[in-house]
Amino acid sequence: MKHVITLNVNGDPYTVSVDPSQTLNEVLREELNLTGVKLGCGSGDCGACTVLMDGRAVSSCLTLAVEAEGKDILTVEGLAPSGEKLHVIQEEFIDKGAIQCGFCTAGMEMSALHLLNKNPSPTETEIREALSGNLCRCTGYAKIVEAISSAAQRMNDASERNQ
Amino acid sequence: MRLSKFDFHAPKTISEAIELLQSKGPDARLMAGGTDLLMKMKHGAVKPPCLISLKSVPGLNAIRFDESAGLTIGATALLSEVAEHPDILRHYPTVAQAARATANVQVRNMGTVVGNLCNASPAADNPPIHMAMRAVVLIEGPGGKRELPLDEFFRGPGVTALLPAEIVTGLRVPRMPVNAGTAYHSLSARGKLDCNAVGAAVMLTLKGKICEDVRLFISACGPTPLRGRKAEEMVRGKELTEEIAAKAGAEAAEESLPITDLRASADYRTEMVAVLTRRVLKEACQMALTSQPA
Ligand SMILES: Cc1cc2nc3c(=O)[nH]c(=O)nc-3n(C[C@H](O)[C@H](O)[C@H](O)COP(=O)(O)OP(=O)(O)OC[C@H]3O[C@@H](n4cnc5c(N)ncnc54)[C@H](O)[C@@H]3O)c2cc1C
Ligand code: FES
Ligand code: FES
Repeated sequence: MKHVITLNVNGDPYTVSVDPSQTLNEVLREELNLTGVKLGCGSGDCGACTVLMDGRAVSSCLTLAVEAEGKDILTVEGLAPSGEKLHVIQEEFIDKGAIQCGFCTAGMEMSALHLLNKNPSPTETEIREALSGNLCRCTGYAKIVEAISSAAQRMNDASERNQ
Repeated sequence: MRLSKFDFHAPKTISEAIELLQSKGPDARLMAGGTDLLMKMKHGAVKPPCLISLKSVPGLNAIRFDESAGLTIGATALLSEVAEHPDILRHYPTVAQAARATANVQVRNMGTVVGNLCNASPAADNPPIHMAMRAVVLIEGPGGKRELPLDEFFRGPGVTALLPAEIVTGLRVPRMPVNAGTAYHSLSARGKLDCNAVGAAVMLTLKGKICEDVRLFISACGPTPLRGRKAEEMVRGKELTEEIAAKAGAEAAEESLPITDLRASADYRTEMVAVLTRRVLKEACQMALTSQPA
């Protein structure tokens, strides 16, 4: 039996009819066309499918869509809602050369946002721990860690200026 | 890896969940975070026709700490919530550490401590320290409520003492005795993401320098986490010197029942049981010493 669920994705409300066996990843990609959310392993290991659900980084491949009823979902598309001005995290990934093939990038950036929301000034170890569920086969991680560290600095500087 | 079809229910009360378990038959499955269950379904290891999610039961995710009653972890409290809870970090640091040692950020934001226990993997990260700390499983079923010490809960890989249609509603962990210390260490081939090859947890109580009481549990070296009774005997009533710790490690290695699988060989596991036992004993002793009034 299908279930009609209402969820909020990147600030917009959606009502979709889902089969219980559909994962959140399938619904985001196939029903809502948010293909920035990737599907890698499908088993919770790689982090390519990471989205924020009510502010928490989760693997959309291991979350049932029916369980997203009433939840706030943020995908990489929601990081730069205008489609033009990128989020600081995205800018730093580009500037620091933290993107090669790009398959892991959306998940990495969502994990980075989850970390920086909880801990605005993480140490290198804390950054690496926060990325323990995100695999990258290209970059060797060093530049990703650098990008997140300088994104943190820029976000902190910006919030100081705003005070 | 798509999931095969199933019915989905999200009851609002425990009694409703119990009724569903009774009416939907023995193949219906309870789900908390789903991080174990959905993976088994994706691999085709189980094909439940019906999933009953516990996440919509209000209050079931509560974590409560009380000076006398101790800690209660609700069935749907997330691993990440247990790892970060201020009262747990303060009064049960090793419980927080074990939750934090489980999987990765995303899985800890979905999976639960109680699910980790109910899954009954002999290699799971959370059971050993809770067994060492005398945790009690809170159970509700068609016959009413009952409590079971966690060290009587595991019956084999994937098998628990739960009767049909019974649900674990939470876990109660008594306060640590005064002058007690705890520790947990595990090893796995590929860091956190991998299941453990070996784990050891201990709670140890001192009187002066003498070890009055000790509970040691070894994981991933038998069908369930095993109690290291002979190793405990080696330590009880003595001062924990290097020599005693080493002897206890050797006893624990002797008592463990490791197998060779893709995570490690039986020989490696046996040697590591000795090493980890020594390490957790010394660390728990250190904690107990620093907690004693000078
Ligand atoms: C990538 C990845 C890495 C992992 N790494 C680790 C690791 O390092 N260490 C480790 O220990 N585990 C690891 N796991 C396993 C898993 O995440 C944990 O065991 C988790 O804590 C399970 O909790 P859950 O809420 O998701 O359980 P679920 O999958 O919802 O349930 C597990 C089982 O318990 C039953 N169950 C759940 N709740 C109850 C209840 N209240 N009453 C009765 N039965 C119940 C279910 O029916 C099911 O059979 C990993 C998993 C993944 C996907
Ligand atoms: S696709 Fe979800 S963790 Fe790899
Ligand atoms: S950039 Fe290719 S996987 Fe990370």
